[in-house]
Amino acid sequence: MKEKPFAITLDVGTSLANHTGTWRTERPVYVHLMPPCNDACPAGENVQGWLYPAEEGHYEQAWRTLTDDNPFPAIMGRVCYHPCQTACNRAQLDEAVGINAVERFLGDEALKQGWAFRSPEVETGKRVLVVGAGPSGLSAAYHLRRFGHQVTVRESQDQPGGMMRYGIPTYRLPREILDAEVQRIADIGVRFEYGQRVDSVTDLLREYDAVFLAVGAQRGRRAYVPAGEAAKVMDAVELLHDMETDEPPQLGRRVAVYGGGNTALDAARTAKRLGAEEAVIVYRRTQDRMPAHDSELQEALEEGVLVKWLSTVKHVAVGSILIEKMELDENGFPQPTGETEELAADSLVLALGQESDLGLVEGLDDVEIVDGVVKVDARMMTGRPGLFAGGDMVPDDRTVTTGIGHGKQAARHIDAFLRGEPYGHPARPEMASYDRLTPWYYSEAPHQVRPLIETARRQGTFDEVVQGLDEQSAKFEARRCMSCGNCFGCDNCFGVCPDNAVRKLGTGAYMYEFDYDFCKGCGLCVAECPSGSILMVPEEL
Amino acid sequence: MTEQVKFYQVGSFAVGNRLLPLEVRSIQSDPGRSNALTSGHRACQGCGEALGARYAVDAAMRGADGKLVAVNATGCLEVFSTPYPETSWQMPWLHSLFGNAPAVAAGVAAALRAKGREDIRVLAQGGDGGTVDIGFGCLSGMFERNDDVLYVCYDNEGYMNTGVQRSGATPPTALTQTTQAVGESPGNPFGTGKDVPRIAMAHEIPYVATATVADLHDLEAKVTRAMQLRGARYIHVLVPCPLGWGSASQDTLKVARAATQSGLFPVFEAERGEVSAVSQIRRQVPVEDYLRLQSRFAHLFAPGREEARAKLQARADRNIERYGLIGPHTEALPGPAEDNPAEDSPHEEGTP
Repeated sequence: MKEKPFAITLDVGTSLANHTGTWRTERPVYVHLMPPCNDACPAGENVQGWLYPAEEGHYEQAWRTLTDDNPFPAIMGRVCYHPCQTACNRAQLDEAVGINAVERFLGDEALKQGWAFRSPEVETGKRVLVVGAGPSGLSAAYHLRRFGHQVTVRESQDQPGGMMRYGIPTYRLPREILDAEVQRIADIGVRFEYGQRVDSVTDLLREYDAVFLAVGAQRGRRAYVPAGEAAKVMDAVELLHDMETDEPPQLGRRVAVYGGGNTALDAARTAKRLGAEEAVIVYRRTQDRMPAHDSELQEALEEGVLVKWLSTVKHVAVGSILIEKMELDENGFPQPTGETEELAADSLVLALGQESDLGLVEGLDDVEIVDGVVKVDARMMTGRPGLFAGGDMVPDDRTVTTGIGHGKQAARHIDAFLRGEPYGHPARPEMASYDRLTPWYYSEAPHQVRPLIETARRQGTFDEVVQGLDEQSAKFEARRCMSCGNCFGCDNCFGVCPDNAVRKLGTGAYMYEFDYDFCKGCGLCVAECPSGSILMVPEEL
Repeated sequence: MTEQVKFYQVGSFAVGNRLLPLEVRSIQSDPGRSNALTSGHRACQGCGEALGARYAVDAAMRGADGKLVAVNATGCLEVFSTPYPETSWQMPWLHSLFGNAPAVAAGVAAALRAKGREDIRVLAQGGDGGTVDIGFGCLSGMFERNDDVLYVCYDNEGYMNTGVQRSGATPPTALTQTTQAVGESPGNPFGTGKDVPRIAMAHEIPYVATATVADLHDLEAKVTRAMQLRGARYIHVLVPCPLGWGSASQDTLKVARAATQSGLFPVFEAERGEVSAVSQIRRQVPVEDYLRLQSRFAHLFAPGREEARAKLQARADRNIERYGLIGPHTEALPGPAEDNPAEDSPHEEGTP
């Protein structure tokens, strides 16, 4: 042993012998919280989860994570009203992340690269029938097939897509995109039977192990509008449907559209593109009460669509309609004023909502129909065991994305039903609200806007209006994600620990570990975690 | 650091960024960092000084290719890191007295020069007590002789390990054991204290900088810059003290951030006596946001103490004006800062 200096009796040792972890009363733990985007997605997409690989340019991985929940990113990136962006925490910092634009980029990239879904690893031998090849039916078919079931989709029309084809105009959703994304589902072994209308499900329930109904709502809701003999009145759904046939409808020079939803706007914008000089929307209430999406109204107004607010149609004659002015009462309901006005119009398109044709479940006394829609339980099952339903024919929001969500949910429960066990959904984590973040760490970064084609070209053609982001912009946009409630590997915990009690195990999310031998429980890592992915929990005594 | 690339997820504010190339990531994000001050030390929970010391010394180690000797003044840092016979220092480390660290470091540098080992670099470090008060004469001498030493002062604005007494770096109105919140001017009186970074600048030494634990990238860049130079260099690092400031242990960086974003602690660097760069405020906050986080200023929120708060705000505004802390990218408070003319006392101006 070395001789020690004066007054020194002990060997020098490292402070690592001093386990300061004993000071601690609370310990930090890594958690996964629910990001608001994921929470808001009607299709249950793991938005934060797929933006993460996209940030690194790992687009295929991003696309695979995305399509675990939703097989239609290219369609979603065009027609979804992105409630995720409305919920996005980044809106409180600068602007919401353009999730929808990145989704479209991934969807388009997948089509460009020809990425395919993986076929199921096991075959269960169970047979499931899906009635209706709309968003909900296709989504259910996709998920059921991935569970390994034999899936047949029966569709009354000649082509798949449902309202995605017969309700959404091509300038919002080009048909080659729709066809390509449906083909990918057929490629993993889903059988399609077109032009076969299902009038009754009774026999089918014997033939198949389970049946999922998703027939949609494609009958225009009728309102009584007094009309002269020769007056031209048609349905918006009929109009949009006929656009897919060889004989586009004749509307005339001046077209009035009655209604305030997205379908009304689609009808008016379609009329413009068919050559109408004037397309006027007649709506009973005011702009702030309009159910249509803001961006669609904006685009319609840019294209020269006119709107008569606070107006109802009193009478339709040849060449003109009589509208009555309304005013909102104290409850916000429109009330007639008696004041009328003549509006020149060659035709009137009614866009007053849609109803489901539920003939196929008539006579099934255990299937309950309330207010024109089929009642289902939390499993999306009707009163008849093995008969499930979703999409526009059950009570919920009527959007493409909601329908896709129903399809996924139903598929999970059908799979559980076929296996004879209940579907156990993982517990929902707590919300990653904005106040859990440390926004200081996020740089200012403006939102990347998708270009629109010029208005002049829009009015006259059915070319797609909204263009996609290029790769650089899409990556940039993905990187604006704050990864709320989920680690993204920023090293802050590893860096800010005054006790060097965080181990870094690699690069990327959750590649850290606390060294509880030395962690004093100061909570700095929790306070400085940008995304709120660390929580303090009390030590057990 | 990241101007040329758009890595906006966290930009360059967080410790690391998996999207950045390895060579531009912070030293602290490297799992192979020196950890010169390792675990098991006895600093309080959330200690700003322990954090600041690891940040600075790891960067200095990198700048010296691992060949670094540290001389430590007496103070919290020395006490919590080396209770006999343990040490948390994974490097050659010397401690002598409270007041003589600059002189000892100058001696170490002279010895290395005599042995022809100028590849081994010398770091001296201490708290504000050992630097601003007790070791001040030695420090000034080290500056004057331009000894080849980087001196880092970890400023926690008081004598903390002896039970929170006032030092020459304690800000006006702060409560300490020796400046109680009583009388007409409660807490530390206005018009006292020293602005050592500016005194260091007056020596016209090669490099002087201020930094805080709230901006790791800035701190590492300044230590790295200092290690590229020879001669006397001085870095003054603001390190919040949860114990002495009465702040929550998890708020250490938040408090340091508020100090810089209010303008109370100006962050800048100077070469040969001239300010060469300034870290402008990113999101300005009123001084009150900084004060409210700390119980040493709690008495300022009693009725009738508005004037004292206004005087502190004026101090911040004086710094903003002197160093140009508000720039084109600053999210400034409503109303121009110039509307709040600073107090005229020469003793209070710009004291960090």
